[in-house]
Amino acid sequence: MSANMQQDWKHWRLRREETGLAWLDLDKAEASANVLSADVLAEFAGVLDVLDAVPPKALVIASAKPAGFIAGADIEEFSRLDSVLAARMLVERGWLLFNRLAAVSYPTLALIRGHCMGGGLELALACRHRIVVDEPGTKLALPEVMLGIVPGWGGMLRLPALIGPAAALDLMLTGKSVDAKKAKRLGLADDCVPPRVMESAARILALSGVAKKPLPFKERALRWAMNGPARAKVADKARAQAARKVGRENYPAPFAIVDIWERHGGNALDVPAGDRSSLDTIFSSPTARNLVRVFHLQERLKAFGKDSDFTPRHVHVVGAGVMGGDIAAVCALRGMTVTLQDQSVERIAPAIARAAKLFERRHKGDARQVRFTLDRLIPDPKGEGAARADVIIEAIFENLEVKRSLFAELEARAKPDAVLATNTSSLRLEDIATALKDPSRLVGIHFFNPVPMLPLVEVVQGEATDAEVLRRATGFVRRIDKLPLPVKSAPGFLVNSVLGPYMLEALRCVEEGVAPEMVDAALVAFGMPMGPVELVDTVGLDIAVAAGKALAGEGAEPPARLLKLVGEGKLGRKSGEGYYRWVDGKAVKAGDEDERKGGLWRKRRPAPPPPIPAGLAERVLAPLLAATRRCVELGVVGDADLADAGVIFGTGFAPHTGGPLHCCKVKGRPE
Amino acid sequence: MPKPIYIVDGARTPFLKAKNAPGPFTASDLATAAGSALLMRQPFAPDQLDEVILGCASPSADEVNIGRVVALRLGCGNKVPGWTVMRNCASGMQAIDSAIANLQCGRSQLVLAGGVDALSHAPLLFSEKMVRWLAGWYAARSTGDRLAMLRTFRLGHLAPVIGIMKGLTDPIVGQLMGQTGENLAWKFGITREDMDAFAVESHRRVCAGQDAGHYAEEIVPLIDRDGQVYAADDGVRRDSSMANLAKLKPFFDRKYGRVTPGNSSQITDGAAWLVLASQEAVERHGLQPLGRIVDSQWAGLAPDQMGLGPVHATMPILQRHGLAPDDLDAWELNEAFAAQVIACLRAFADDDYCRTHFGVDAPGAPDAARLNVDGGAVALGHPVGASGARIVLHLLEVLRRKGGGRGLASICIGGGQGGAMLVETVL
Repeated sequence: MSANMQQDWKHWRLRREETGLAWLDLDKAEASANVLSADVLAEFAGVLDVLDAVPPKALVIASAKPAGFIAGADIEEFSRLDSVLAARMLVERGWLLFNRLAAVSYPTLALIRGHCMGGGLELALACRHRIVVDEPGTKLALPEVMLGIVPGWGGMLRLPALIGPAAALDLMLTGKSVDAKKAKRLGLADDCVPPRVMESAARILALSGVAKKPLPFKERALRWAMNGPARAKVADKARAQAARKVGRENYPAPFAIVDIWERHGGNALDVPAGDRSSLDTIFSSPTARNLVRVFHLQERLKAFGKDSDFTPRHVHVVGAGVMGGDIAAVCALRGMTVTLQDQSVERIAPAIARAAKLFERRHKGDARQVRFTLDRLIPDPKGEGAARADVIIEAIFENLEVKRSLFAELEARAKPDAVLATNTSSLRLEDIATALKDPSRLVGIHFFNPVPMLPLVEVVQGEATDAEVLRRATGFVRRIDKLPLPVKSAPGFLVNSVLGPYMLEALRCVEEGVAPEMVDAALVAFGMPMGPVELVDTVGLDIAVAAGKALAGEGAEPPARLLKLVGEGKLGRKSGEGYYRWVDGKAVKAGDEDERKGGLWRKRRPAPPPPIPAGLAERVLAPLLAATRRCVELGVVGDADLADAGVIFGTGFAPHTGGPLHCCKVKGRPE
Repeated sequence: MPKPIYIVDGARTPFLKAKNAPGPFTASDLATAAGSALLMRQPFAPDQLDEVILGCASPSADEVNIGRVVALRLGCGNKVPGWTVMRNCASGMQAIDSAIANLQCGRSQLVLAGGVDALSHAPLLFSEKMVRWLAGWYAARSTGDRLAMLRTFRLGHLAPVIGIMKGLTDPIVGQLMGQTGENLAWKFGITREDMDAFAVESHRRVCAGQDAGHYAEEIVPLIDRDGQVYAADDGVRRDSSMANLAKLKPFFDRKYGRVTPGNSSQITDGAAWLVLASQEAVERHGLQPLGRIVDSQWAGLAPDQMGLGPVHATMPILQRHGLAPDDLDAWELNEAFAAQVIACLRAFADDDYCRTHFGVDAPGAPDAARLNVDGGAVALGHPVGASGARIVLHLLEVLRRKGGGRGLASICIGGGQGGAMLVETVL
């Protein structure tokens, strides 16, 4: 047998060492990342045939792509599925193939470097061992739930068995990823090693076939209980966890995952048709289709920065308030040098303190990385950084004259090719731009609060904005890993102009006597991440009044209660009271109060909330839909899909609907 | 000097007095914060520097080559070399002089040079006895050996050695730096009142300098991770008075001495940087230098007389350039101890001393009105490695206020040395 066999596979490469160890590299043809498409899987079956003929002493599966291990199933193939039967066949293909891999006679090991998602992790789980490479890019996840489907290629079977049902269900129900160190800690990986010894580690572990150290007795007992007598209890807890976030009617997948683990041994194919957890229920619900649509919308936004090779190294932010400070922090996290300017160092200090906390969270206690990131965030009370910056972002208070004189000064000091951007939400870009000698240099880069959390950034094209400036601004937004949405300069751009009328309608309902809790409950039930009244409290009642005026003109009459609350200094979350009272950053709602009074001993169940009146959510959403449609008609956004993308990623609008315009088109109206 | 050496710009942190616990910033934190603000306002990028040289008398064990650590933290990139120099209290001045040497021989055109120390982070060390005991403990294999080792243990082994006291003790003559100050006070008949009056004046001058904004240009305010701002030197006392200083007890020669914490420089954390450039770099980047370093000198003398080091380093410069003290528009003489500065002034005016040591008549003491016009280390503190760079930087600020001119910065060095630099402004 020659040490290196030549095969005519397109995607796989098999190499046999003298030691008897075989290395199998996945290198999907004509792709930058590995995905498990039908032909990749078909070839893999062929590889297993060849290995069966002459079994190696051990097999290591790795990726030949620098991008990562395996990104998952092929979403394109998945979105083309036209019937439940086709979907069932897709699940079956992977399920059977990975069962075959799991049953081979020789030891197998997945060497995981970079992303290992969905089907990729299910393949790795079907191996006997896993080694993860300790690099920031190494991420393991079963994110199927985010696309409204279930990890049907053995993930639901093998992950709970490997790391225990509690941790496994948590990963599968949230779709969140774990890094290399955490994968080792969870027992998902046998070992976590630096890249310099990864081949050596894979060889030693695969050939020695050393079994993992048995778990401590307590953990073994716990797992036995959770897989045995306590199974139902664990499942109920997981269902409750899912139900706190989403409803089963809109999101069947997470509940199906729990059912399939609890009752069907992790085998989705075993669920009888017609069951609430069956593949036909999941694949025939619009949710999966819509979530795939949302995925594609996201890919479309991501593509916006692609035509720019702009690689900004230095960002200068003027205004160290919450918004400016967070923008600066996010840029520093992405490796850029950031100078943060405000009138005094005392005004900059709170932003540095907030950034330090953010960095500690994001770097997960890696003290050196926290320090390097903080080193890149430079307080700059004199604004020296403006002369050196590739991007200058203004995020000061909304005052036209101050902004105009600031930009005149910035233009004089900035490098000739630096991007000059304003984060204004309520002033006209054109009114600011005329303060510049070259008004075509000004672009809007509009972030949303809280900046570290929200993915969308509106890139605003003013009447005069130069196309290249726009391209660079968009490229910059991608470099900080946000989703750029190109919008035309118009009051409120897209997101605020659709949120304004929506929040106003919610406040009108309150004005008419509907309890704020009721309004919020109706919209949360629809699928919004937060009720509109709570949202008003969160953004601040004063801001809401000002934004309302800016959007609707001075003549518009804000709701009387809103004005009264502002008059009393009750500005919402920031002042401790608005429509709700706020305790520890949380709104106190009528239902919660009962529970709190109940105390530990008399844990009264809260009175069941009164039924939500029919049509309440639709009423509050109608102005949002109208505003979204208007933005498309006026050309504020390029097309209806982009409008949906903007509203979903900018407001959290119920993703399972596929976006406001999409669900209107499908159903005529929401719900 | 054969080639002109330009000082393009400079900056320092506020000097933060040690408060019996590690301060808010480590040495590399301080040097990074001051350096990044300084580099930010230059027309060249940090990776265009030819090298970074940092003086540091007590780098922490995990940052022994702190110069390279800081160069990387400043974003100079992998290709800019960084190194660390050490000449005790003149480490910062040594960094400048090392930069000069490399600029002179053409190895470098653009150098970031400075000094740092975070004395509040000085470690506590195990005693020699404890270290030996631990070595025996780790070598003991059998239970019997270990029991035998345990019997030799004494609680006294645990008494820590205070790292900074070691650092401030001369290993040759076994005297604390403050005791060398006492030597000079005895030699020149300097009284406790002379020293305290000097200290009060130093505090008064620093306060006046702060109020007039004379420190505003050079100081980079710091922000810690909790959002607290450190904007000014915090060791200075506005209530300093003869009466207050009289309450302090002699520290180094307890009971009978004259040198107290009040008339000594303070133990402090801080960093100071200068950007030094050759003619070629000035032209290439269109730099506007603050001044030029005309000459520098190192000198050695008896370790127990180390406070007179400035006199020994200054005299050759005056002689080389044919200068009298009055020809200089400003003087910075680092205030390690009030006694030591006063001793220097007396030595400059002492014919016997000058004939003995330099073979010439005394040139006369610099005019008090031109010496340390904005106060000195007695009030500001003396973060050992940083001080030599700070006085050169501040000397330029004083000269700028006077409309230009020539000045001399000098510093005494534990171990019996002195360093001096002659600078002039560029018009």
